[in-house]
Amino acid sequence: MSSPLVQRTAMPGLGLSAGITLFMLTLVVFLPIGALLWKGAAFGPAALWDTINRERVWAALWLSFRLSFLAACFNLVFGVIVAWVLVRYRFAGRRIVDAAVDLPFALPTAVAGIALTALYAPNGVLGGLVDDLGWRIAYTQWGIWLALVFVGLPFVTRTVQPVIEEIEAEVEEASATLGASRWHTLRHVIAPMLMPAALTGFALSLARAVGEYGSVIFIAGNIPLRTEIAPLLIVIQLEEYNYGAAAAIGLAMLAISFTMLLAINLIQIWSRRRIGHV
Amino acid sequence: MFDAALHKPATSTRFRSATDESPAARWALIAVAIGGLALLVGAPLVIVFAEALSQGWAAAVASLASRDAQSAIRLTLLITAIAVPLNAVFGIAAAWFITKFDFRGKAFLITLIDLPFSVSPVVAGLCIVLLFGANSAIGGWLVASGYPIVFAVPGIVLATVFVTFPFVARELIPVMIEQGRAEEEAALTLGASGWRVFRTVTLPNIRWALLYGTLLCTARAMGEFGAVAVVSGKIRGQTATMPITIEMFYNEYLSVAAFSMAALLTGLALLTLLLKTALELRHADQLAAVRRH
Amino acid sequence: MFLRPAAFAIAVLAPAAHAESLLNVSYDPTRELYREFNEAFAAHWQAQGNDAPQIETSHGGSGAQARSVIDGLNAQVVTLALASDVDQIAASGKLPEDWQSKLPHNSSPYTSTIVFLVRDGNPKGIQDWGDLTAEGVEVITPNPKTSGGARWNYLAAWAWAEKNDRDPAEFVGQIFANVPVLDTGARGSTTTFAQRGIGDVLLAWENEAYLALAELGEDQFDIVVPSLSILAEPPVALVEGNIANDEQRALASAYLDYLYTPEAQAMAFKHYYRAWDDSAADPEDVARFPDLQLVSIDELGGWAKLQPEHFGDGGIFDQIYVAP
Repeated sequence: MSSPLVQRTAMPGLGLSAGITLFMLTLVVFLPIGALLWKGAAFGPAALWDTINRERVWAALWLSFRLSFLAACFNLVFGVIVAWVLVRYRFAGRRIVDAAVDLPFALPTAVAGIALTALYAPNGVLGGLVDDLGWRIAYTQWGIWLALVFVGLPFVTRTVQPVIEEIEAEVEEASATLGASRWHTLRHVIAPMLMPAALTGFALSLARAVGEYGSVIFIAGNIPLRTEIAPLLIVIQLEEYNYGAAAAIGLAMLAISFTMLLAINLIQIWSRRRIGHV
Repeated sequence: MFDAALHKPATSTRFRSATDESPAARWALIAVAIGGLALLVGAPLVIVFAEALSQGWAAAVASLASRDAQSAIRLTLLITAIAVPLNAVFGIAAAWFITKFDFRGKAFLITLIDLPFSVSPVVAGLCIVLLFGANSAIGGWLVASGYPIVFAVPGIVLATVFVTFPFVARELIPVMIEQGRAEEEAALTLGASGWRVFRTVTLPNIRWALLYGTLLCTARAMGEFGAVAVVSGKIRGQTATMPITIEMFYNEYLSVAAFSMAALLTGLALLTLLLKTALELRHADQLAAVRRH
Repeated sequence: MFLRPAAFAIAVLAPAAHAESLLNVSYDPTRELYREFNEAFAAHWQAQGNDAPQIETSHGGSGAQARSVIDGLNAQVVTLALASDVDQIAASGKLPEDWQSKLPHNSSPYTSTIVFLVRDGNPKGIQDWGDLTAEGVEVITPNPKTSGGARWNYLAAWAWAEKNDRDPAEFVGQIFANVPVLDTGARGSTTTFAQRGIGDVLLAWENEAYLALAELGEDQFDIVVPSLSILAEPPVALVEGNIANDEQRALASAYLDYLYTPEAQAMAFKHYYRAWDDSAADPEDVARFPDLQLVSIDELGGWAKLQPEHFGDGGIFDQIYVAP
């Protein structure tokens, strides 16, 4: 408990790096989010709770977080597979696949939304195919999930890829020499090594999906209680010049996201320590 | 793509090495990766370019020559040129601070840096309007002094920095944790100054991560829509960025113009990503050396 | 470190606000109209011996645009979808409370109404509001909470129910129960209906419906005119609080007055608006509007009463729509 806030080291640049970090954090994160908190506080705790505690708001928050979680889960599995394939296998077009992973970062979200809707609407190329099977993607929760998968796609691959590159062949060989099956090696040797990075990617993918508005709004259908996402509720409150209520829902989302991210970052630091990095 | 020869350099023998998956499993994984990306990423990309060129190259190029399109392109390049260096400097400083020093609340600080990712872009825009809008104390004073933030370039820059805030720092932190402090400490013991250590020891080690983070930041900065839409005011020829202009064109039934602009934006982003790939190829030896140090 | 290059950038990018510049903040469907109008007005203004004015426009959802003006968007002129949005700007002190009496026709140089756009041949046989609640009819409309146009849709349905002895709240609730996709804006709904092939009928501004026919294919859709609809009056106003000097005031006033000239009115007719003065208009543009019974907003009680009662937080729309 008596440890100093920052432990003394010989490393230079403490003042400069801490100064820049805190200055930018203040300007870009603290001040704007502080303004939001201020607005929420001015709105009053009772009014805040009244705004959030409605069936429609809970439904939207539940929908946003549930679908973001499911999308992040998909991205976790799919992202690790893509990273593995990109690092370990050589095949024609590997570079193209490598570049394609980053595209969701680059495509403007509104364009992504329009393109995905055009593709997966019942009269679109892919939407038409599944429509024949009686499955609707656009304007259902599937559509929202798809858009959220899209925006969070690159995170897991990009965080896991360097770690796979770092894995020394000796580790796997040792495991194989000791008689472990390939599956056993993957599960008990490789997977724990990838865990911290994969978790980071998962957290980023989840966080990004929760707040996503631009691409989802086109494909969602926006029907209250069914396909209405939380960010849309904020926009609706803004249309009514109701800044307080908008801030209230924004704060609720912020609080949930922050708690989730903090938990994941703590798990990650803990698992790094356990494995022996740092 | 599927019938490409599968081989792993150095270990490509007729016998399966103990550290390889069975060929069937390999095929399946490659198929899943390529198929998934084709459906999720490839198909939307094809749509964008197909729509842009639906009336031929001439129409697409002509639509980009209009006054509104030109000013949107200039504005987006300007915003990116301001926002990305700011983020790069912040990313390096934050990564240095977090990885080279021990202090309490590290997870908390990292979470704060991540926070802009989880804030809905719409809320981010709202925050900036609440802080710098004409009805706030700071904003009112700035507007009165002739330096409006919201509905002008500074507000758009701020929104862009906000949404791309974690990119560089997030790339650098894991790499710098991995690398540890031993090399820097050794250099310091030998009497090198702090700047010299950073330039000659740290920078070569992190440059790929830095480059990668910066390029991603660039791609994302050019494409941001939600937050910018709230703070831009959408004035044609003045505060309409490329993504805002795409929405405008689309809403005006100018499908070719909208998708041409989208294709251009995607092209710019692809260019940054290709640049990254090319650099990686060219410096593959150094890169491998760094990674294997 | 941060403000300096940015401020410099503004100076380079946007010419400093001088007297001959004007920003018109408008709503979504007026893009085509104001593009043509701005050119005509600029020529008119120069013909009177003035320098060429620099006229900028901004389009978006009516409510979002009004909010931008309240938060400091430097508009000298607003041309929005609803009087209640201009009322909100007035409440912030940027223009006088009695703004609507400053210009003729309730400050609405052009009007429109709400009609139905159906698929070619009208396969579901939709003729009037009563047909929208039928089993299996899918209705496309934007969200009244986020779209000015959708508020007119909602109120037109409400007015029809009142005249036809139906419980308006229940009737409008039934219509919205048939909505499979609720877009945030009028253009979004048009796209969903026309390009994504969703729904049997689109509730749209009359000008939007005609424009959709012209842009997206006359042979694919039909316009159906209901027995009764609403007189939608999109108002225009001068934003007193954003006028820098007398020259700019003269320019802004002239801009709004020009909307009422026969030339501009003809332009409004051409862009499918119901304008007032058809003396210079192409007779064909005027003749295409069918006669129908139009209820004005004042007959329903006026915006000051309707806006909070129906569309406010927890208002009638929230009650009838979310109740399962």
